[in-house]
Amino acid sequence: MTAPALARRVVVSAPVVAVAGALALTTLVMLVVGVDPTLAYPALIRGAVADGNLEYTVAAFVPTLGMALAFALPLRAGEFNLGGDGQLAAGGVAAAALALLVPLPPVVAVVLPLVAGALAGGLVAAVAAPLSTRLKIPAIVSTLLISTPAVALASYLVRFPLAEAGTGIAQTPTLPDAAHLPFLGGSGYVTIGLPLIVVLTGLWLYADGRTVTGYEIRATGQNREFARYGGVRVDRVAAVALAGGGAFAGLSGALIVLGPPYRFVDGALTAPGYTFTAVAAVLLASARPVVVPLTVALLTVLQVGGQGMEREAGVPSQLTQIVQGLIIVIVAVLATLQARRRR
Amino acid sequence: MNVFEWSFLAGVLTATAPVLLAALGGLLCQVVGVFNIALEGQLLWGAFVAVVVSDLTGSAWAGVAGAVAATVLFSALLSIPAVGLRADPIVIAVGLNLLALGLTAFLMRQIFGSGGTYSSPDLTGLPDLGELGLDVPVLREQSPLVPVALLLVVVMATWLTRSRSGLRLRAAGQHLEAAEAVGLPVAAYRHGVTLAAGALCGLAGAQLSLGNVTLFSEGMSAGRGWIAVVAVMLSGVLPYRLLLACLLFGVAEAFGFRLQGAGLPQQAADAAPYVITLAALVLAALWRRKRSHEHA
Repeated sequence: MTAPALARRVVVSAPVVAVAGALALTTLVMLVVGVDPTLAYPALIRGAVADGNLEYTVAAFVPTLGMALAFALPLRAGEFNLGGDGQLAAGGVAAAALALLVPLPPVVAVVLPLVAGALAGGLVAAVAAPLSTRLKIPAIVSTLLISTPAVALASYLVRFPLAEAGTGIAQTPTLPDAAHLPFLGGSGYVTIGLPLIVVLTGLWLYADGRTVTGYEIRATGQNREFARYGGVRVDRVAAVALAGGGAFAGLSGALIVLGPPYRFVDGALTAPGYTFTAVAAVLLASARPVVVPLTVALLTVLQVGGQGMEREAGVPSQLTQIVQGLIIVIVAVLATLQARRRR
Repeated sequence: MNVFEWSFLAGVLTATAPVLLAALGGLLCQVVGVFNIALEGQLLWGAFVAVVVSDLTGSAWAGVAGAVAATVLFSALLSIPAVGLRADPIVIAVGLNLLALGLTAFLMRQIFGSGGTYSSPDLTGLPDLGELGLDVPVLREQSPLVPVALLLVVVMATWLTRSRSGLRLRAAGQHLEAAEAVGLPVAAYRHGVTLAAGALCGLAGAQLSLGNVTLFSEGMSAGRGWIAVVAVMLSGVLPYRLLLACLLFGVAEAFGFRLQGAGLPQQAADAAPYVITLAALVLAALWRRKRSHEHA
């Protein structure tokens, strides 16, 4: 492919059109409510990359990428995991509880809580698997219904049994030093969670494209009956995909809790909206897993930049949620239009 | 704690009403085979617009009308791509739910100047039936939209089983090709029910923000639209069974409220409706499975 042809393909590709369309519509919203886009957008960019903000953006990229895997992995098997918040909170609280209650030697004190977080998240998500495969309750509904009680349970544990005594703030005490994730280089935000999640993403991409399990997951997602006919144990594959997704969510929760400020602050895991930023990023990647880290990076910049825009230009950061919602709708529309053109 | 006192029943009815209104919209969509999971976002949008319009005009009924109109418009964002262009209705709905969350939180800050919760003495809520002269125990403190919701169950059940247009609608849902072959305007039906669901979600939202309470707070739909989706799944597309499913949620919420009053943590009350709804869904599915095995 020649360079101009390649450039043209990138420019008219679904993700680029979707982002451009969503930003155009958002600009329209800004103009209607009287926000000056020429002030808002530069403030957004500065909020994401200027000064010390880039470090913060990179730190936020880690759980967002983790949550993207939590949504993308089950989606490859045709299951919608919208219960990311519950799995995230379960993973975070499991990691915090283990780190606080069990004295562990160095290294193990970091590894075990991460594993516990992944297990807890995987367990919460796995509940949806038999409901989907045996009882025909769509995962999109069951994962969501399980999510709220899971978040409530984590919140209860953090407020009462695990609460820091005497402060009255809904948070656990600081985790022991041995459980703190080491920083990367001289950063004060970015921990070794970044290389960890990048490596795991690489492994997932490899597994998805090059292994039997990955093939079976994709086959199950594309046509469950055909996969079953071809000898794939589709019920088990769907369960593995959901549990695997939940494990990524739980790990993300554990990574947040083991990073600064080294405690589970009630609401701090779910409030930044990692789950749906990730959902938008995965749908934006439109079934091309390799693109997921890029779309996650883009939407993380938007999300973090939104907070800068609020500080600097006084534009509510919820604007980024509008962009995300619009991106999802536009991507879905483009997908049908493209499919129609191919026919 | 006495669960059989009037005030508990009134609490159940209050909790049920918004979910029931939204679920009636979801049921209509289900009748013609549109899987509508955008109820949550539409409910939230309706609740927001109801408060804004009531605040601006000083009339709660203008708020209701505004909510219905604005939510019908919002539901066109589902109907045009999902029905017209046949885009994936699930993905569109996920996007719209997020859009509603963002739009309401953003516009709230632009219009009222701050986030979180907005309530004001200027904000007029819906009148109680007691004030309107209907001084009956359970209904005394309900808004007029509550009996409307109950009435709509009867209307919809009768319409779907006794009228020509209702039967046609069901035919279109049962066998798309056959319905098209006999000349039924299936696409128009699908657009129509999606917009009608928007109108019902507008009512549901207005009931939530001007009936149940008189305020708007961010994300105040709090999963009720999803509970409505589950109620539709439990209903087997039968309006009376839909009412039962929604009442189950109402009981769970009212009960959770009481538990909180009795000293149980708020988190238990938050979780109760979801746990009970999920349990009902699982039991219904198990029962259905057992029955189909017996028949086989």
